[in-house]
Amino acid sequence: MMLADFGWAIVRIAIMLGFLLGVLPLVIWLERRALAWFQNRVGPNRLGPFGLLQPMADAAKLFFKEEIVPANADRLIWALAPALSLFPALVAAATIPWGPNRLLTPVADVDIGLLYFLAMSSLAAYGVLLAGWSSNNKYSLLGGLRASAQVISYELGMGLALATAVLASGSFRMTTIVEMQAEPLWGVVPFLHHWLIFTPWGLVGGALFFICMLAETNRAPFDLPEAESELVAGYQTEYSSMKFAAFFMGEYIAILAICGIMTTCFLGGYLAPINFSPIQALGEQGGFWGVLATLTGALMPPFWFVLKLFGLFFSFLWIRATLLRLRYDQLMNLGWRFLIPVGLVNLALLTVYVIWGWLPSLIGYAVAIALYFATVGARKPERRTVALVPEAQPYQPKEV
Amino acid sequence: MGERLLFFVLAIVAILSAGGVVFSRNPVRSALLLVLNFFTLALIYFTLSAQFIGALQVIVYAGAIMVLFLFVIMLLNLGSPDAVPPERDLKRPLAYLIGFGILATLVAQSLALMIQGTPQVSPDVGTARVIGLALFTQWAYPLLLMGALLTVGVIGSILLARRRVS
Repeated sequence: MMLADFGWAIVRIAIMLGFLLGVLPLVIWLERRALAWFQNRVGPNRLGPFGLLQPMADAAKLFFKEEIVPANADRLIWALAPALSLFPALVAAATIPWGPNRLLTPVADVDIGLLYFLAMSSLAAYGVLLAGWSSNNKYSLLGGLRASAQVISYELGMGLALATAVLASGSFRMTTIVEMQAEPLWGVVPFLHHWLIFTPWGLVGGALFFICMLAETNRAPFDLPEAESELVAGYQTEYSSMKFAAFFMGEYIAILAICGIMTTCFLGGYLAPINFSPIQALGEQGGFWGVLATLTGALMPPFWFVLKLFGLFFSFLWIRATLLRLRYDQLMNLGWRFLIPVGLVNLALLTVYVIWGWLPSLIGYAVAIALYFATVGARKPERRTVALVPEAQPYQPKEV
Repeated sequence: MGERLLFFVLAIVAILSAGGVVFSRNPVRSALLLVLNFFTLALIYFTLSAQFIGALQVIVYAGAIMVLFLFVIMLLNLGSPDAVPPERDLKRPLAYLIGFGILATLVAQSLALMIQGTPQVSPDVGTARVIGLALFTQWAYPLLLMGALLTVGVIGSILLARRRVS
């Protein structure tokens, strides 16, 4: 019994890591090709069909590159930083269910699934921060400092957004969150699933979480930590060879993991858009309906999950190709003065729903929106100027 | 057997990293070792089936507070403390006194528990539901007081950080 459990655990871990690492070249290829398409370029199209083998060639190139350690770098921490950025990304997806079979997924269906993810994603700040500090380079240091300030600011908003999913389902457990969304839409439409994004609180929470996940993964328009025009490449300026590759992999795996969380909490996880349970009931007769029931019941959920995952990833690319990078004070204002208040009000109105039901909650939303437009929305946008303060000089070169 | 072995490994790592925090000459390494200490503590909580507290330990202490510490250390670019001569005042002996006092209390308490045998608790004592119920029913007033304390702290820090308008 114990041995069988252990074996299944190994299988689950192997499937998750195999998927994450196996899909990585495809994701990188998709990013480069889609960005090229958005920008009216061709993109890598030479190696393999449609240029699909290009990431492999890049990996091989990076493998043989010389590794240059900057002078006066803190060698130990400098070597540790890429590992610290890759490790949380690799383990963060462990509680995400991608199918209904509890033997194969998720790796650990623990009682604190969402908190586990938050814990791992909060650890991800260390890799970037330490890489910036240990490189002994002012651009790296600034990138690292920006990254850590950003991650701390957006973690609160992310927690509030995820709290809507927790409160709506009554559990931190990821599988319970998905099962909650398998109910009929709004409790009345039987052939659709009750995805959280279709409820008012889920819509607000999902939008907040989407903004926060762009910021958490340091992607455009929140890519200040590696702003090319200001900081060369930010925290990873001094890294070359496989250490650079580790940062690169960590970034993409973190994106996949956080897209998986968004899918699970707001987009119904592995559930199909349409409720197939009538077919499941018919499937017991066997024959054609049996085949269809197997398809919709066991084989299709992972397909839907991956489809949603890639849809979200594509929206990341779309936003990167469309939006401009935010200024630092805009980033902080958005995090502290918009996301957190909106998240708190949303959570309060969800509590109203949980206690008193639909009508008071909807009235509350209407009142909140009306109040917003009456007070904040009526104000003219104030013009802000940024004054550079002389004492804002974070880096003092060491006297040798 | 496996659980006990895990505990000893984690405890040794926690003690070594805690010692490293004190004895390291480099403030960044000190802070990093403190992160490692918090992380191993969280793992020990997990083995004691206090999963909720373990996760919060990682999110709040290892993830948020220590990132802020490191942020400040790096922002100010603090060098090694060799540059600062040790001050000859009451602080040091007082620190020893308080530190060893707390250690003695802890050892006495845990020795008493070891002799009596540790009390058994139900396995779901660490779940979010049980902790939430306890916090919001039995301990509601202390919780509200803690909230007020934190609010006072936040307002105070805003007052301190506000730029003087001349």
